Amino acid sequence: MNGFLHQVIAGIATGGIYASVALALVMIYQATHHVNFAQGEMATFSTYIALTLVNAGWPFWLAFLATVAISFCLGVMIERVLMRPVANASVLTHVGVFIGLVLVVSNLTGWVFDYTVKPFPTPFHDGPLLGGLISGHELGSTAVTLVVLGLVFLFFRYTRLGLAMRAAAYNPASARLVGVRVGWMLALGWGLAAAIGAIAGIMVAPVVFLEPNMMLGILLYAFAGALLGGIDNPGGAVIGGFAVGVIENLGGTYIVGTELKLTLALVIIIGVLLVRPAGLFGRVVLSRV
Amino acid sequence: MASQFSEAPPSLRSGVVRPGFRVDPRLLWAIGIALLLLPLFTAESYRLFQLTLAAIYAIAILGLNLVTGYNGQISLGHGAFYAVGAYVAAIMLDKLSLPWWSTLPAAAVICGIVGWGIGRPALRLGGLYLALTTFSLAVAVPQILKYKGIEDWTGGVQGVLVTKPDAPFGLPLDVDQFLYLVTVGIALGVFVLARNLMASRIGRAMMAIRDHALAAEAMGMDIANLKTATFAVSAMITGLAGALSAIAVEFVSPDSFQATLSITLFVGMVVGGVASIIGPIFGGLFVVFVPNLAEEISKSAPGVIYGCILIAFLFVLPGGVAGLLRRLPALLRRR
Amino acid sequence: MLNRRSLLASGAALLAAPSIVKAQTVVGVTSEEIKIGSIMPYSGPASAYGAIGRLQQAFFKGVNEAGGISGRRINFLSLDDGYQPPKTVEQTRRLVEQDRVAFLFNTLGTPGNTAIQRYVNQRKVPHLFLATGADKWADPQNFPWTIGYQPSYRTEAQIFTKYMLENDRNAKLGILYQNDDFGKDYIAGVRDVLGARFDAVVKTVSYEVTDATIDSQVVQLHGSGVDCLLTAATPKFAAQTIRKVHDIGWRPKMHFLTDVSISVGSVMNPAGPEKGVGILTAAYLKEPTDPTWQADPGMQEWRAWMVKHMPDADQTDGNFVYSYGVSKCLMQVLTQCNGDFSRENVMKQATSLNNVAIPTLINGITVGTSASNFHPIRKMQLAKWDGKTWERFGGLIEGANV
Repeated sequence: MNGFLHQVIAGIATGGIYASVALALVMIYQATHHVNFAQGEMATFSTYIALTLVNAGWPFWLAFLATVAISFCLGVMIERVLMRPVANASVLTHVGVFIGLVLVVSNLTGWVFDYTVKPFPTPFHDGPLLGGLISGHELGSTAVTLVVLGLVFLFFRYTRLGLAMRAAAYNPASARLVGVRVGWMLALGWGLAAAIGAIAGIMVAPVVFLEPNMMLGILLYAFAGALLGGIDNPGGAVIGGFAVGVIENLGGTYIVGTELKLTLALVIIIGVLLVRPAGLFGRVVLSRV
Repeated sequence: MASQFSEAPPSLRSGVVRPGFRVDPRLLWAIGIALLLLPLFTAESYRLFQLTLAAIYAIAILGLNLVTGYNGQISLGHGAFYAVGAYVAAIMLDKLSLPWWSTLPAAAVICGIVGWGIGRPALRLGGLYLALTTFSLAVAVPQILKYKGIEDWTGGVQGVLVTKPDAPFGLPLDVDQFLYLVTVGIALGVFVLARNLMASRIGRAMMAIRDHALAAEAMGMDIANLKTATFAVSAMITGLAGALSAIAVEFVSPDSFQATLSITLFVGMVVGGVASIIGPIFGGLFVVFVPNLAEEISKSAPGVIYGCILIAFLFVLPGGVAGLLRRLPALLRRR
Repeated sequence: MLNRRSLLASGAALLAAPSIVKAQTVVGVTSEEIKIGSIMPYSGPASAYGAIGRLQQAFFKGVNEAGGISGRRINFLSLDDGYQPPKTVEQTRRLVEQDRVAFLFNTLGTPGNTAIQRYVNQRKVPHLFLATGADKWADPQNFPWTIGYQPSYRTEAQIFTKYMLENDRNAKLGILYQNDDFGKDYIAGVRDVLGARFDAVVKTVSYEVTDATIDSQVVQLHGSGVDCLLTAATPKFAAQTIRKVHDIGWRPKMHFLTDVSISVGSVMNPAGPEKGVGILTAAYLKEPTDPTWQADPGMQEWRAWMVKHMPDADQTDGNFVYSYGVSKCLMQVLTQCNGDFSRENVMKQATSLNNVAIPTLINGITVGTSASNFHPIRKMQLAKWDGKTWERFGGLIEGANV
């Protein structure tokens, strides 16, 4: 029984990682109705920027803010330079560009910053808590995730810009008619998503250690979390991320064995989509004829 | 579903080629076959091997194109079917000592069944959801292949070694030449069948479902069955290619079928031309030869160069090579 | 020459040249150059190992600048396979059939080398010093043209298990391993020593490279009642393991760590140097971030070389130490060839290395091969982490005798 409890707590700690990345995925979906496959690689790249700044002697939170700002600009730039020219091409072309982006960013990261594993500093007290099942950092990063979640919610719900962004993503033609500059909204959406990705990366790196493939597996579990919670619901995605962390541990330990953990995530995805395609907390969209 | 493709240029939405001028199709056939046979006499066996690989990828990409290009179900996990086909062939050759030619239909049938099984739940997943789910499948493939319960058959992490067949009936061909001939022959057959399928009533129904599912349903098409069947046929073709690859490479292991493989197939499809029968040929050549080109340019980061080439390609030719060929007559006339 | 080549291609060179007393196959060698082929994952999931190939390119460039070998310059062709076996086959065929290299050197990865081993042996192309820690490369009966380099993971696991039993006959061992050929070799090694007792004594838990953390696995092993731990994990996961084991308050009697992950800079320090105190490993290479080797002449030679030929490279990366050593070892083979670079002679010299000292190997460990010994490096030394450095203890252990 004790082991069971330990697995749950360890799962929550890992789930926090998935939750923060799932949040970034939901963000870009809300703002662009795209799921960016290069999200993880971009976040890793941003984390290296933060590390470079910290190593150059910047205080942690200043480096944090600067990285978020730089990532925002990079996100906007990528939308303007890479996505704009193919805006009218098919979805398949978009996915092709995403894949190109994954290749470029991931290989660039290794090339520029080396492949050796790097420690990443944490701003929180990094002692073990609860008998080592969760660390001060894991609590702190969960708090950061929740704060970001709150800000995102307020932004989309209560600001004109947030409303305009949602409109641009949801129905570009109508949004354009009421005067929303759809093109720029999409660019802003990419910027925001890149910024949130950077936060996720910085929060994840002290736990899993920084190396160019840091986000590879995490991104898939985060997808599972986002789908579980509902890809259009930031709060749902966070809960989904935690849930996947716990399910993964319990399933891996007691049911399928640790070799099939990722397969388990896949089963979660398929199961959710079959039973409740909008996710547990997502809005069910009805299409009318 | 429908909205995804509504922005596609008209040439993409229709699979029918309408060139501005006509050449006698028999002449084209003769030239095509001559071109295919030419390497047999001119290329070294290493080149022949590369062309065999390109032909195998072309078949796999054609399979993907049926379900994704023509039917609008985005799959980023076709490497899974390729892997199943390859393992079926390897196990039949190594563990059961069956003749090589028997592995091909077996791989196709088994992949067809697996494809049907995956195609059913895939019905519920639209657009990007399906893309994500199939991508997760692609990432999970190696660990499924390594699974303890099937280790006796799959060889676990060690994989399975097989041997290329010799040419039968004392044909004066070495193993590479023979395999090239077999692969190209099968490719030709599969491509002709696919073309006929897409020109038929069923093919038009597949495209109608992609372009406007509601209207297609209103016209009495059985969407669920058609989509599932398309998935199954697509998996069959890709699985067949997988079986050929196991024979050509003479080795299968979990590492041979990482997520990159599925991505490679997808890249080949987009580069060659979505919803095009001849597109996959260019896609197959692209995925075999362009990475080598990227490596020539930079040893430090070939992946960066490959990614850049891919993006540049999509910018210049959003309709792929096939899209360019389609537009070529019009472009020439404008001159 | 052309005639000889085409005969070789038909596989009948030996039979068709009766007039030559002893058949010599000279491919890829002219009076000006000698062509050497290699395959590395410069792209894809294992691109971290690309560092090995990059050093080798600089290394042979340096050799050429210094006058080459036996009056010939080395034309080193190192191709990318992205760690995908089908691509390894394609690139190998290119090297052998199109570029016509004299031999293959330090091709990387167990799956890729498995895919090409039979092909290169059929073609009788020397396949030297593979960059993989699998045990199966020393098989002169079936694969006389393939020879490995480093001590195998399996040997290492045997050393660990023997040490464990010597110190505690009733120890129960937990193994945390990466679910691939690398991790499974450790299980095989432990099983070699324990035999029938394996199931009663050992509890194994695997992780996948796609896992975010190994927390769950560590908790599971801790809860299963084992009192010793063997971690067969790559650096990122090894660092996570060390930290987690410490944080949950688990103090295994003995914690063995694969020598793949003993980097001070990228494993021990990230995990927290104090958290790993007491961890045991068996090493054969000098670790670049270990202060012990600060004044060591061999490592100073390596550092000076790095500064001169790869000034921008990351000197904490152990791959560079490995790569420098194996390149030096190849130079010894080429020197011994004494101008005769036929494939037969290259293979003969590669299997007649008599205790060659390599500057980056732990002092006392040498490279030795013979017609029946295809394990070039057989010795390792146990070491214990003291919070700052790996403190070596005991004598050199000859793994193959375990």
